[in-house]
Amino acid sequence: MAFQFPKDTYSGSILEIAVGSGDGIAKVGGQNVMPLCNFEGDVPNRALVAMEVYDNVAATESWTAEAKAPFADVIGDPVAWAKKCQDEYGAEMICLQLASTDPNDMDTGADEAAALVKKVAEAISVPLVVWGSESAEKDAEVLSKVAEVCDGMNLILGPATEDNYKKIGGAAIGYGHTVVAQTPIDVNMAKQLNILLGNLGVPANKIIMDPSTGALGYGIEYTYSVMERIRLTALKQGDEKMQLPLICDVAKYAWKTREAGISEKEEPGFGDLKTRGILWEIVTASDLLVSGADILILRHPESVRVIKKVIDDVMA
Amino acid sequence: MALSGIQIYKMLPQTNCKDCGDPTCLAFAMKLAAGKAELSQCPHVSDEAQAELAEASAPPIRVVTLGQGDAGFKVGGETVKYRHEKTFVNAAGILVALTNEDDDAKVDAELKNLADVSFERVGFTLEGNGVFCWDKKGDKDSFLALVNKVAAATEKGIVVSSADLDTLKAAGEALKGKKFALHAATADTADDFVAMAKEYGCTIVAKGDTLEDLAAVGEKFVAAGIKEAILDPGWTGIRDAVTSNIAIRRAALDKKARELGFPTIAFPCAMSEDLLEEAAYANIVLAKYAGLVVVSTLDAAFMLPTTVNRLNVYTDPQRPMTMDQGIYDINNPTADSPVIITTNFALTYFVVSAEVEASRVPTRLLIMDTDGMSVLTAWSAGKFVADAMAPFVKKSGISDVVNHKKIIIPGYVAQLSGEFEEELGAEYEVIIGPREAADLPKFLKGL
Ligand code: SF4
Repeated sequence: MAFQFPKDTYSGSILEIAVGSGDGIAKVGGQNVMPLCNFEGDVPNRALVAMEVYDNVAATESWTAEAKAPFADVIGDPVAWAKKCQDEYGAEMICLQLASTDPNDMDTGADEAAALVKKVAEAISVPLVVWGSESAEKDAEVLSKVAEVCDGMNLILGPATEDNYKKIGGAAIGYGHTVVAQTPIDVNMAKQLNILLGNLGVPANKIIMDPSTGALGYGIEYTYSVMERIRLTALKQGDEKMQLPLICDVAKYAWKTREAGISEKEEPGFGDLKTRGILWEIVTASDLLVSGADILILRHPESVRVIKKVIDDVMA
Repeated sequence: MALSGIQIYKMLPQTNCKDCGDPTCLAFAMKLAAGKAELSQCPHVSDEAQAELAEASAPPIRVVTLGQGDAGFKVGGETVKYRHEKTFVNAAGILVALTNEDDDAKVDAELKNLADVSFERVGFTLEGNGVFCWDKKGDKDSFLALVNKVAAATEKGIVVSSADLDTLKAAGEALKGKKFALHAATADTADDFVAMAKEYGCTIVAKGDTLEDLAAVGEKFVAAGIKEAILDPGWTGIRDAVTSNIAIRRAALDKKARELGFPTIAFPCAMSEDLLEEAAYANIVLAKYAGLVVVSTLDAAFMLPTTVNRLNVYTDPQRPMTMDQGIYDINNPTADSPVIITTNFALTYFVVSAEVEASRVPTRLLIMDTDGMSVLTAWSAGKFVADAMAPFVKKSGISDVVNHKKIIIPGYVAQLSGEFEEELGAEYEVIIGPREAADLPKFLKGL
């Protein structure tokens, strides 16, 4: 009996979304097959790697020496940091983390934060993701201001949650930005937030979903399966409310783990810290790529190099 | 694939003797088809029928055992394509590649890693599973020396690979009596491998550069009655490895293709010289169905993320995202041990408990039902707030097991400490813990 390749069939496709503006426009999504199944359909755009940049020095204080070293000359200068990631480390996007706006942190004001975002956005050509401090109320205020100050730049703003989507969504509509819709590792809540944003008037091609990242060893299996289920619903059942690209904030969660940061002195059995930390990020990102990520936010230049290579390989 | 009740009935004695406990053979057949009875309950069934029924009820992907006793492991037996459908059954085996071109130092170092690199995590022991011995040089003597050295060093799984049949036979003789595998049969050598499988009681690996070729070898194995085999779809890179593994899993499950109904082997070690890239490839094939993953090293820094990932991918997907409300003991706490309160979101619990465990400080976690929300979310939703937490603490029974009234709260909700203390009453003391769980060990040791 001759062997026949068992191809799968699909009834939906992911919306193609253009982010950024001018020469730096990038497209994500557009595929009509499950992740890695390029052999049975169209995957017009490769997944993209964003590198994170922090708005203040304090946020990097707990980082390992290894994680800090590549940025030693630019920590404290977000504009230079963003440019370095773009020009030297091959970042395909920048994710500016507005950690200092957290009311429990420095509580940096919306105006100051928005001015910084604009400076960074103007200094780079790749698309810019702007990430709040994940304090719902404050993010609403800060990201609305960012939207206004960066009118027309088509930034990716987030995360918008059930608690603040109206303000962030509204501002995004008003000033032409894309929104990250974040839900806590739950298929139904993800769909619900997409519907809410849609009802508000946010066009579907201006929404990217963040299913929330559990790091390797800390719940990644939940994120992994929720992403696969979102994709199956979108592609096999043709559910239009789920046909959106996925973004994963890998760096923050992977590097926060004990395994990525604990010294060999404290855990001699864990092996070389330098390799281990980077691998924690790489393995977390690999899993999320396999389960459907369209944008991966990473920290270490070595992780960026490897994951970009892997994406090239699997797109071939 | 699964037989119907009528098909099974035709193979039974049809005497309705009732010895099985059922009134008729047909009733018994129906139960068997529904998986509600065991064939052994019928004492009169013929050997042929028994064999045929066992064959028909075999899993769509065969189970293969490698290694001896407790050091051994099973792969295969998988029943789904996506892990949320049902737990992936037998975690992939991780093998280190050793060749007769490696120097003694390399071989010794990896055999030591195989023996020593091991991690304890949530009740599981995570470690490498064996060695892929490759006759890279095409030299029988040095290869046999390697195989013998490995066999003397470990009871874990061994896969022996040579392009030369004589060398493989010699290795087979040397390993006879162990659960090992021979790699790799092509259409031309399939019969020789079948003969070796019978002679040495080992597993054999089918290799094909295309899926057609691979299926052709698999067909020969099936026709020869081989039950334990492995499929090697080639070494040509991650893209092909993923495509082949997806195709094989689909063919086995959806098309019931017996010739492809075996676990697969993948070679991230051959995909890159760069360890970081190799790790990415290894973990991708791990998630995408490889039964055996051959890597270039079992170094701890590489194995920790890789084995944790394997554990995560093979975890029961039904495990809830919430923990039961209550008191959780960590590191054998006494009446003096500190008490930390947090929410019942499973990820919060994993992170906090892992850190407390690592601190080795005996501690109690007071897990409060917040509908599975994380600390900050629960706080902003009004579920992890002083007037809800205080009554919970009092009803939790914590004061029956500790002799103090100190409660540590997550640093993220430092702002509620005053109100929490008020709600609890004067005898209580609320201590503000760190914001990040990673800072807990230092915090606990400093108490
Ligand atoms: S014991 Fe076997 S032969 Fe007797 S009734 Fe049951 S199935 Fe039929």
